[in-house]
Amino acid sequence: MDSDTLLARITDYVNRPNPYPLYAELREAGPVVRQADGSYLVGTYHEIAALLHDPRMSVDPRIRGETTHKPPFLRLDDPEHHRLRTLAMRPFGPPHSPGRVDAMRGEIDQLTEELMEPFQAGRQIDIVDDFAYPLPVTVICRLLGVPREDEPLFREWSDAIVASADVRPEEDSTERDEAGDQARSEMGRYLVDLAEKRRGKPSDDLLSAFANEPDPDRRLTQEELAETAVLLLIAGHETTVNLITNGVLTLLRQPEHLDQLRREPDLLPRAVEELLRYEPPVHMRERIPLADIDVAGTTIPEGTSVVLALASGNRDPKRFHEPDRFDPTRPDNQHLGFGSGIHLCYGAPLARIEAQAALGALIPHLGTARLVQDPPPYRQNAMLRGPRHLPIQL
Amino acid sequence: MAGDLRDGRIVIIGASLAGLRAAEALREEGFTGSLTVVGDEPHPPYDRPPLSKQVLLGLVAADSTGLPMRRDPDAEWRLGVRATGLDPLGKRVLLADGESVPYDRVLITTGTRARPWPKAEEAALDGVFTLRTREDAGGLAERLAAGPRRVLVIGGGFTGSEIASACRERGLDVTVAERGPAPLVGALGGTLSKLAAVMQRNHGVDLRTGVTVTTLRGDGSGRFSGAELSDGSRVEADVCVVALGAVRNVEWLADSGLAAGPRGIACDAGCRAFNMYGIVTDDIFVAGDVSRFPHPLFGYQMLSLEHWGNAVEQAEVAAHNMVNPGPLRRPHLALPTFWSTQFGLNIKSVGVPTFSDHVVIAQGSLEARRLAMVYGYQGRVTAAVTVDMAKSLDYYRHLIETAAPFPPPPGAADRAIAADIPVPSDVPDPKGLSHGPTVALTGYLPDRRLTVVQPRG
Amino acid sequence: MRTVVDLTHCQGYAQCVFLAPKVFQLHGEEGLLYAPAVPDDQAERVRQAAAACPVQAILLGEEVSVDGR
Repeated sequence: MDSDTLLARITDYVNRPNPYPLYAELREAGPVVRQADGSYLVGTYHEIAALLHDPRMSVDPRIRGETTHKPPFLRLDDPEHHRLRTLAMRPFGPPHSPGRVDAMRGEIDQLTEELMEPFQAGRQIDIVDDFAYPLPVTVICRLLGVPREDEPLFREWSDAIVASADVRPEEDSTERDEAGDQARSEMGRYLVDLAEKRRGKPSDDLLSAFANEPDPDRRLTQEELAETAVLLLIAGHETTVNLITNGVLTLLRQPEHLDQLRREPDLLPRAVEELLRYEPPVHMRERIPLADIDVAGTTIPEGTSVVLALASGNRDPKRFHEPDRFDPTRPDNQHLGFGSGIHLCYGAPLARIEAQAALGALIPHLGTARLVQDPPPYRQNAMLRGPRHLPIQL
Repeated sequence: MAGDLRDGRIVIIGASLAGLRAAEALREEGFTGSLTVVGDEPHPPYDRPPLSKQVLLGLVAADSTGLPMRRDPDAEWRLGVRATGLDPLGKRVLLADGESVPYDRVLITTGTRARPWPKAEEAALDGVFTLRTREDAGGLAERLAAGPRRVLVIGGGFTGSEIASACRERGLDVTVAERGPAPLVGALGGTLSKLAAVMQRNHGVDLRTGVTVTTLRGDGSGRFSGAELSDGSRVEADVCVVALGAVRNVEWLADSGLAAGPRGIACDAGCRAFNMYGIVTDDIFVAGDVSRFPHPLFGYQMLSLEHWGNAVEQAEVAAHNMVNPGPLRRPHLALPTFWSTQFGLNIKSVGVPTFSDHVVIAQGSLEARRLAMVYGYQGRVTAAVTVDMAKSLDYYRHLIETAAPFPPPPGAADRAIAADIPVPSDVPDPKGLSHGPTVALTGYLPDRRLTVVQPRG
Repeated sequence: MRTVVDLTHCQGYAQCVFLAPKVFQLHGEEGLLYAPAVPDDQAERVRQAAAACPVQAILLGEEVSVDGR
């Protein structure tokens, strides 16, 4: 088949359970592969890593006229990206709040235990709905300061926003974009209202910190606060679910590694990193060059959409020895699971702690578990790829 | 042949970072023979960069920076004994305790020591320090903790600036005396040295440039009490740190016939030492701060680097080449890279900033204290320095490695307004500075054929 | 346990600071300081930090033992 339909095939829902052979085809045809619609697809590790560090690669959707309103920092370029990300980081991580995430470990362990209470031997459970989804949602709600019981409300908004950000080259996106914009503005208003309620009455959460920043130079505008809070709530709730679910799926498919981790629990942090390489929650990111750029001999014109297939880079044999093997002891594992460069995932440390807690608690109970359905049903989204359900028999 | 090289006797002289990494790498490369590591300090290998940072800040103890092993190198450690000579014909290393150690191949990683204050009597005053060893750092940290009236730092290079930064962070008054026009000018050139000067002054450093310290004064009972400067002024202080750069530990090789001098021991790109006639040896290898080696990206000039990363990478190349026959040997072509943390800023460099004629600020700005400065030489990118922008460094590394045109291509989202306007890099003659430059470019390699990689034309 | 960070490769992602804030700390926006001698009660966190480092710059190990062969 032609390589200029690769993106269409990768994003085709029938290939969601296993896009990896297509990634191999992409690397073979690459490093840079022009698509029929004029966009470019990059699937080799070194080229992706270089582009993620290239200051000429923009993430701003306004460049291509896709929107006119100012996006959250994830889709802003420096220096504005740096300013807003640094402000958003103040209550969350170093240098100003270095112990914040570490201090959440006990709470996360406790939540994990509570969720696992009904997991009796012999029962059938859905890893997604019963475990991998509720855990990060509860954690991000507490961190941000959003009532957990509002979950059905923001889940709907979140679905619409994530769908609008998906890559679907074969489809007219107008309707999705409109639905996404509306959801974004409603969700933003909801979060700004929550923040306003905490002004002068701070509780220990990020919305309170944003609303009560004493230094006017460091205060987010209402629009910035809305965009930032929407981003954090969605990112905290759409990605970690895939990481945990993919972890269970991978270990149940490869019982020898399940055994290995049961015998050597110290390997868990490295196993989570390997999971981020082998089955990452985020498969693709888009960039737009601000000038004509040369990548491995191909000139990509200014303003063209460039899709970086991070999950393909993670399986590049030029970078990783035996890339299609899941190996929790893999040395030198500089995966692209959280991206790289200035946009490296803001919530990465939280995702790591949640995945380690969740898998660490679950692994001892998976000894006799089996997959009820393999492959499981997947979510529509190709960029944020993961199972919609993962039924297992304990 | 290869089998023989993996056996026999290897001696490493110098038990610091390069010596340790070489010992580990030899075992990783399959060396099964006997391995001896000689070190003049009594301690197992320890890390030095923290000594001027977290140790002086009082965050960690001076004796806590012991280096972790990647693997046990299964070596005999002869610590606390100085090597006094090398007999290349008899193939023995002579030691200060009168013993000698035979070798089949030897690796020299003796590094550098702090350049002392030239007047021994003044240097002996209580309260006068240099900073190189664990003991130096421990003694200095103790004095800083005691709350001296003022600290005088002589020399505004990286070490002197980091010491001044630590003093200010501890709330101590500090004076920096630098012979050049600004701190760091020898390593980074004119533009960034101006930023360094502003940072020092903004943080309350009493920075004196264009002056030298002429005399260190005692209080009559052998304690340092102040110094006189070439402009006639006087600085009252309780502590003085002499940060005048480093001296390479080569004196012990005076009779060895090797090409060893003040700038280090000359070696080829495969880390093999040259003798004084420019003939390359095949059983004497050199790595780390004590070496000088040719680099094709910088006109094949001989680089001598005092960089942590160079010690690691060169030690690994040397170890590889010590146990592999000619055609399998590797050149040491890693790009020079270093970092410094001072006055709240993280400064990182790749390439050779002194190998330049012009610079541009490619991203960010001096005002924001966050920028990427790119150095060019005759229309080619040769170095980059970032200030709080380390994530950009890999991009510029790639430009240097591919000999990309200077100024670098436009298009960065956060490009500086003046990104298209190169200004002279303004790297002064190192002779005019009181701190040694971090990168020295000296001489020219006689034997080009030893280097294999050519940058794209 | 001892640790050393290859600050030549460190890009200031600070993942280690999040995961083991008693051992690693940021100095300014991206300069990293750390305690080379890891307290026993921090070893597990430091192992997590080393695994998580996006540029794999954190080395862990025992201090060199020089008791001879």
